[in-house]
Amino acid sequence: MIVKLLSGDRPRSKMLSAVLLLILFGLLFAPFLFPGTRSLDTAARICIFIVLVASYDLLLGYTGVVSFAHTMFFGIGAYGTAIALVNMGASYSAIALGTVCGALVAGAFAFVIALFSLRVKAIFFAMMTLAVASAFLVLVSQLSGFTGGEDGLSYRIPREMTPAFKLVKEKVLGVRLNGKLITYYVVFFSSLCLFLVLLRMVNSPFGRVLQAIRENAFRAEAIGYKVVRYRSVATILSAVMAALAGSLMALWLRYTGPATTLSMDIMVDILLMVVIGGMGSMYGAVIGAVLFLLTQSYLQNLLGLLQESLGSLPIVSEVVSPERWLLWLGMLFICSIYWFPKGIVGRLRGT
Amino acid sequence: MELRKDEKPVLSTHDLTIRFGGHVAVDAVSCDFHRGTLTAIVGPNGAGKTTYFNLISGQLAASAGHVWFNGEDITRLSVADRTLRGIGRAFQMTNLFPGLSVRENARLAVQAHQRMGMDLFSMADSHVELIERAEHILAEVHLLDKAEQITSELSHGDQRKLEVALMIAIGPQVLMFDEPTAGMSVDEVPVVLDLIRELKQDKDRTILLVEHKMDVIRSLADRIIVLHNGELVADGDPTEVIASPVVQQAYLGVAPEEKTEGAHV
Ligand SMILES: Nc1ncnc2c1ncn2[C@@H]1O[C@H](COP(=O)(O)OP(=O)(O)OP(=O)(O)O)[C@@H](O)[C@H]1O
Ligand SMILES: [Mg+2]
Repeated sequence: MIVKLLSGDRPRSKMLSAVLLLILFGLLFAPFLFPGTRSLDTAARICIFIVLVASYDLLLGYTGVVSFAHTMFFGIGAYGTAIALVNMGASYSAIALGTVCGALVAGAFAFVIALFSLRVKAIFFAMMTLAVASAFLVLVSQLSGFTGGEDGLSYRIPREMTPAFKLVKEKVLGVRLNGKLITYYVVFFSSLCLFLVLLRMVNSPFGRVLQAIRENAFRAEAIGYKVVRYRSVATILSAVMAALAGSLMALWLRYTGPATTLSMDIMVDILLMVVIGGMGSMYGAVIGAVLFLLTQSYLQNLLGLLQESLGSLPIVSEVVSPERWLLWLGMLFICSIYWFPKGIVGRLRGT
Repeated sequence: MELRKDEKPVLSTHDLTIRFGGHVAVDAVSCDFHRGTLTAIVGPNGAGKTTYFNLISGQLAASAGHVWFNGEDITRLSVADRTLRGIGRAFQMTNLFPGLSVRENARLAVQAHQRMGMDLFSMADSHVELIERAEHILAEVHLLDKAEQITSELSHGDQRKLEVALMIAIGPQVLMFDEPTAGMSVDEVPVVLDLIRELKQDKDRTILLVEHKMDVIRSLADRIIVLHNGELVADGDPTEVIASPVVQQAYLGVAPEEKTEGAHV
C-alpha cells in the first residue's frame, strides 16, 4: 500500500527513510509542534516549495532540460488565483476557477515555448526561457491595472480560511483552531497529493523515457521515442505543477506580487534546492526545500545565539554577527555542493 | 543464392546521396534489400558505410535520393518514426544509456516497441511482461546474469552485446549491424555471430552487416556490396565479389595495411 503510494520508489536507505518520515510528521503536526505564526508560515512555505522544486526536478534532474522560466509558471498560477479572488470576491468558486485557469495558461505557455525552442540546442531553450521569464516579469509590472504592478495584489479569501474564523472556542493543545489552521492543512494535503502525483509520473513508463532522454537522447530517438515530444510534455507537466504550487502560495499569503512569485531570486533558490537535495530524485526536492527554507528562516536567529555565547571573543563574535547571515548561507551551500556532489539524497543512499 | 527477385524489396535506396560541404560521403547509391537475406557491406575506412546506414535509419538527412521501406518513401521521416516502422540499428560506436541498469536499457527498448512511453500514471515496474521480454532478450545475448549492473560498468564486449540487444528489443524487420564484433575478445565474438546466424533463420528479417573479417562474411552473407569513396562499386555473390579485381583494387589495394591487421575499430 505504502509502496504503491510511493509508486514503488523506495527511499532505499534507512537514514533517508527516517529523515523523510521526520519531515512528513513534522509538517503534519507543525501547528502543534511549533506553535506561532512565523513557524507555521515557514512550514507552509516548505510544503509549497517541495512541490515547486520537485516539479523543477522533473525537468532538470529527470529530463536534463535547463529552464529559467519555472518561477514564471509559479507566478502564473499565483496570479490566476489572485486575480480571480480580486475580481470575483472571496469565494471558493473564484479559487477553483483561478487555479484551473492558471494551470491551463501555464501549460499553454509551456507548450508554445517548447514548440519554438526544444527542437534546437539545449542552450537555446535555456536562453529562451530566461528571455520569456524576464519579459513576463516586466509585463506584470507594467499592467498594474490588472496585476497590481510592483505592489502586487492583496485580497480576501473565504472567511472559513482566515484567522477570524474559530472552529472551537477553546485552545486545543495550546493552539487556536482557526481558519488559518484550515488553510495550512489545505496547503499541506494539496502539496502531499501533488508530490505523490509527481512521484508517480517519474516512476511511470513516461518517467523512465525521460531518464533515457537525459542519459542519451540520441539513442532514445533510435529506439523509437520522439525526444522532442517527450521533452515538450515534460515541460508542460512541470509548468502545470508549478502553477498549482503558485495557487497554493496565493491562497496562503493572501497576497501575490512579483517578489513572492516571479523574481529571479526565487529561481536561483529553486536551483539551489534541487542541487543541494540531489538532482534526479523526488526525495531530493523534499530535503533540499526543507533544509534551504529552514536555514533561510532561522540562520539569523542561530547566528544571534552564537554571537551572544561568544560575546567575549572580539573578532569571532563579529564574524558570526546576524547581519552576515547571507555570507554564511552562501558558504553552507558551497560546502554542501562540494561534499555532496550527488546531493544529500545521493549521500544518504551511499552512492 | 536464391534472391526472390519477383518479390518487392523490403528496403531500397534510390540514388541516395549526402554531401558534407564539397565531400560526397555517399554518392548516388541505389540498392535493393530483400526479405530473408543477409547483405554484407564492405569497404575501406571512410568509404561511407556508416554514413549509408545513417541515411537509412535517419540520423542524417539525404542531400538527394530516396529511401523506400515496404513501399513507403521514408526519406523525410524522423529517426523514431523509421524505428517504429521496423528499422533497427546497432551502432558502431556503442550508444547506450550509461547510468541505467542493463535490464532497464533493454526494458526501455521493449517499452518503445510496445508504444507505452506516454503512459503517465501506471508504475513502470508493474508491467511485468515488459521486464520478462527484456530479460528474455538479455538471455539471448548472454547478459542476463549482468542485468542488475550499471551499464557504464560493463566491459566493452558486453556493451557491444547490449547494443545488439537494444536493436532486437524493438522487434525490427530490418537489422543493421555496424561492425558488431569490433574490439571484442576472441571468446565473445561467437556469441554475436551465433546470434546473427539465428536471427537470419527468420525469413521475415532482412539483415545488413558492415564487417571487415572476410571469413565471417563468407560464412554469413548471401550477398556483398562494396562501397568505395561513397560509391557502390560491386554487388553480388560473396565468393565472386571477393575475388573480383575491382574489389581487390578498391578494398585491399587502397588500404593494404587493413588486410594484415584483419580488423580495426
Ligand atoms: N557528420 C559528418 N560531417 C562531415 N563529414 C562526415 C560526417 N560523417 C561522415 N563524414 C565523412 O564521410 C566519410 C565516410 O565516413 P563513414 O563513417 O561513413 O565511413 P565508414 O565506411 O563507416 O568507415 P569505417 O570503416 O572507419 O567505419 C568520411 O570521410 C567521414 O569523414
Ligand atoms: Mg563506420
